[in-house]
Amino acid sequence: MIAELGLAALWLAAALAALQLLTGALAVRAGEDGAEIAALTRPAAVLQGVLAGFAFAMLLWVFAVTDLSVKLVASNSHSMKPLIYKLSGAWGNHEGSMLLWVTVMALAGGLIALIERRLPERTMQATLSAQGFVALGFYAFLLLSSNPFERLPVPAVEGLGLNPLLQDIGLAFHPPTLYFGYVGLSIAFSFAVGALVTRQVTPDFASAMRPWVLGAWVFLTLGITAGSYWAYYELGWGGWWFWDPVENASLMPWLAATALLHSASVLAARDALRAWTIMLGVVAFSMSMVGTFLVRSGILTSVHAFAVDPERGTFILFLLMLYIGGALLLFALRAGTVTEGTRFAVASREGALVFNNVMLSATLAIVLLGTLYPLLTEAFDVRVSVGPPYFNPVGAIFVIPMLLVMAVGPLLRWRQDGFGRISRELALIGALILAGLILFALIGEIDLLPLLGLALSGALAVTSFLPLKGRKLRRTPIAIWGMVVAHFGIAVALFGMASESAFSQERLAAVRIGEETQVGPWTITLAGVAPVAGPNWTAIEGRIAASYDGGEPRILRPQARNFWAPPQETTESELATRWNGQLYAVIGNESGDGRWQLRLWWKPFVTLIWYGGVLVALGGVLALVGRVLGDIRRRAFRRRLADRRAEGLA
Amino acid sequence: MSWRLWVPLLLFAGFLGLAGYQLSRPRNDFVESRMIGEKLPFFELRPATSDLPGVASAQFADGKPRLLNIWASWCLPCIAEAPQLERLREAGAEIVGVAIRDRPEDVARFLERHGNPYTAIGLDDLSEVQLGIGSSGVPETFVIDGQGRIVYQHIGDIRAKDVPILVEKLGKLGG
Repeated sequence: MIAELGLAALWLAAALAALQLLTGALAVRAGEDGAEIAALTRPAAVLQGVLAGFAFAMLLWVFAVTDLSVKLVASNSHSMKPLIYKLSGAWGNHEGSMLLWVTVMALAGGLIALIERRLPERTMQATLSAQGFVALGFYAFLLLSSNPFERLPVPAVEGLGLNPLLQDIGLAFHPPTLYFGYVGLSIAFSFAVGALVTRQVTPDFASAMRPWVLGAWVFLTLGITAGSYWAYYELGWGGWWFWDPVENASLMPWLAATALLHSASVLAARDALRAWTIMLGVVAFSMSMVGTFLVRSGILTSVHAFAVDPERGTFILFLLMLYIGGALLLFALRAGTVTEGTRFAVASREGALVFNNVMLSATLAIVLLGTLYPLLTEAFDVRVSVGPPYFNPVGAIFVIPMLLVMAVGPLLRWRQDGFGRISRELALIGALILAGLILFALIGEIDLLPLLGLALSGALAVTSFLPLKGRKLRRTPIAIWGMVVAHFGIAVALFGMASESAFSQERLAAVRIGEETQVGPWTITLAGVAPVAGPNWTAIEGRIAASYDGGEPRILRPQARNFWAPPQETTESELATRWNGQLYAVIGNESGDGRWQLRLWWKPFVTLIWYGGVLVALGGVLALVGRVLGDIRRRAFRRRLADRRAEGLA
Repeated sequence: MSWRLWVPLLLFAGFLGLAGYQLSRPRNDFVESRMIGEKLPFFELRPATSDLPGVASAQFADGKPRLLNIWASWCLPCIAEAPQLERLREAGAEIVGVAIRDRPEDVARFLERHGNPYTAIGLDDLSEVQLGIGSSGVPETFVIDGQGRIVYQHIGDIRAKDVPILVEKLGKLGG
């Protein structure tokens, strides 16, 4: 019964999305005379959000009670699983995650319908209509080809379980976080389409879109950061970024959203970069969808791809054609009539932001090309995989100049400026980079890229605070603080990445119980190995005494686990975290003569990668709070003004 | 109207074409066993239920081709596969089962509910046979010739369309 309720809610929500598409389109067409029909659009969007939320709640319910007559539960859950993983099993699969996707999209659509009042009503109608159109395609996908509520003819005796790799608290919350990001960008997409339809690309449009982009971007940043940390400690490979198609699928929308964020700021503040902002609005969401397609269609092989199905791939490809193709066609036809807006000099805040935008887009293109390259060559029957040897150096070509301009840009004035005015700051940046290069080159033999990264990160960390110079700190707008924190976060993450790649030490040792080995400043003793059991796995657990530089030893307990539903082996690494880095320990097999394989890494300052990511997201939150508070204040001011005028008239 | 505005659409069309072409091509991502053409490795498995014998590699060298079906009672696709195994048995195939990490009572319950096409089932608690013959999951089915050599591997559950293929493979071997 519960599953049927969920399914019914989903059909109703789909019908409302169709209604929203229709009334919005009719209202745009009718213009002034369409007020009556236009009045239907917002309530339809809100109700659609409520129904989709209800459907998702029903899915959570059948997973919570492990209703094995529902096919999705039987193939992805198990009665022995802890409750939290039963719930996360609801979205740890294709159908459930698509339902989560639609739910977030519908809730976001309902929210703009409820609160967004800045846009001209016609643009708003076009936006909601576009949002309904996009949602409708995903409802069709769910209902026609990926029904999450499908029943089994005969209820299963027991569930198949969940991929043990996914049974982890980090991964339970990583996909929803990313989805909030992906789907938040669908709002930016709908805004862009709405503005193209009514040809009203204005600063107001940019300020209306900006909080949504900021919100989506914060979630994406957090999702990518969490995903990277998860891959790092769960997969037991000791790395934090693998340029896997699935990872790239989240990085590409982030790059586009970062560019969009900056270009929307230019549009909101200076009424420039109109066509470019629209373009990025379309591209950002397109990247979310292309990523989804690549991951789910199975045309690319990845370590953590979803169950693949060409039929589903065809469906998503069709949606891509409809939405992205449609939006790009609209762009090609209409963007020419959207004039470029105010002009500006190269040496100006806008100039720096344009440069940053171009570099971000180039990086995006590089990542996209690298991700699609195997697909391209496979068309000619050559199987290749493109990895770090391509992405790292080629990406650096665009990222390094971008980081340099990122240090300078915020110091420049809007519209027109000269580098002469900030010559002291420029000299400071140059000196810092030079000092960093010399310092780190003296420390040891470091490859060029990590060396550049280390030197740049120091300079960036200092310059990210320069925009605060000469301001009264208490009166500085929160949004400026947001920018400072986010840019500082980039510097922190960059230092972590460069340090990890420059200074990491690895040791693969086979040791008997009681024997000692060394990695970096750590002395490691294997104290014992014992079998342990969890709720649905058994494991061998190593007890390792690790002492840093002769200090008090800490006990680490890495495990090699065996899950039985489905049978799979995983390695649970164990980390010892210090302020200056992490020791990473993995236990392998017994090598026969009583010796155990230990894989150990000492990674100086590696944790800064993720602290940096969190700082970047925090910067986004501050900017969002600043913008929203500003809007509320402005709205209150306008209301008071109107009240006063009304009093004056009376 | 500027031609540059059409560039994104053209690039996207290129992507669509490529992706569509890739989707239309048959996938070949199966992890094929390197053991095809090789003899079965040595193994002896105890019976998985009280009413059927266990399985040992030595039994396969008696000149009669057989199917070796790797399955488990906890595996959902194996339920879907059960009727097809029944049809294979009716077509004259001899099917030997290897149950992976299973319990005798669960095996018995499964056979009672979904039918029993097997002449023997061995219990493989350590995935010894599974790893030994290069199978990567359940269910999987191998065609073994009369000398105990692995001739063909079917990955995943056997569907209706696969039945004639397996019957033909067995037929060629004189089974």
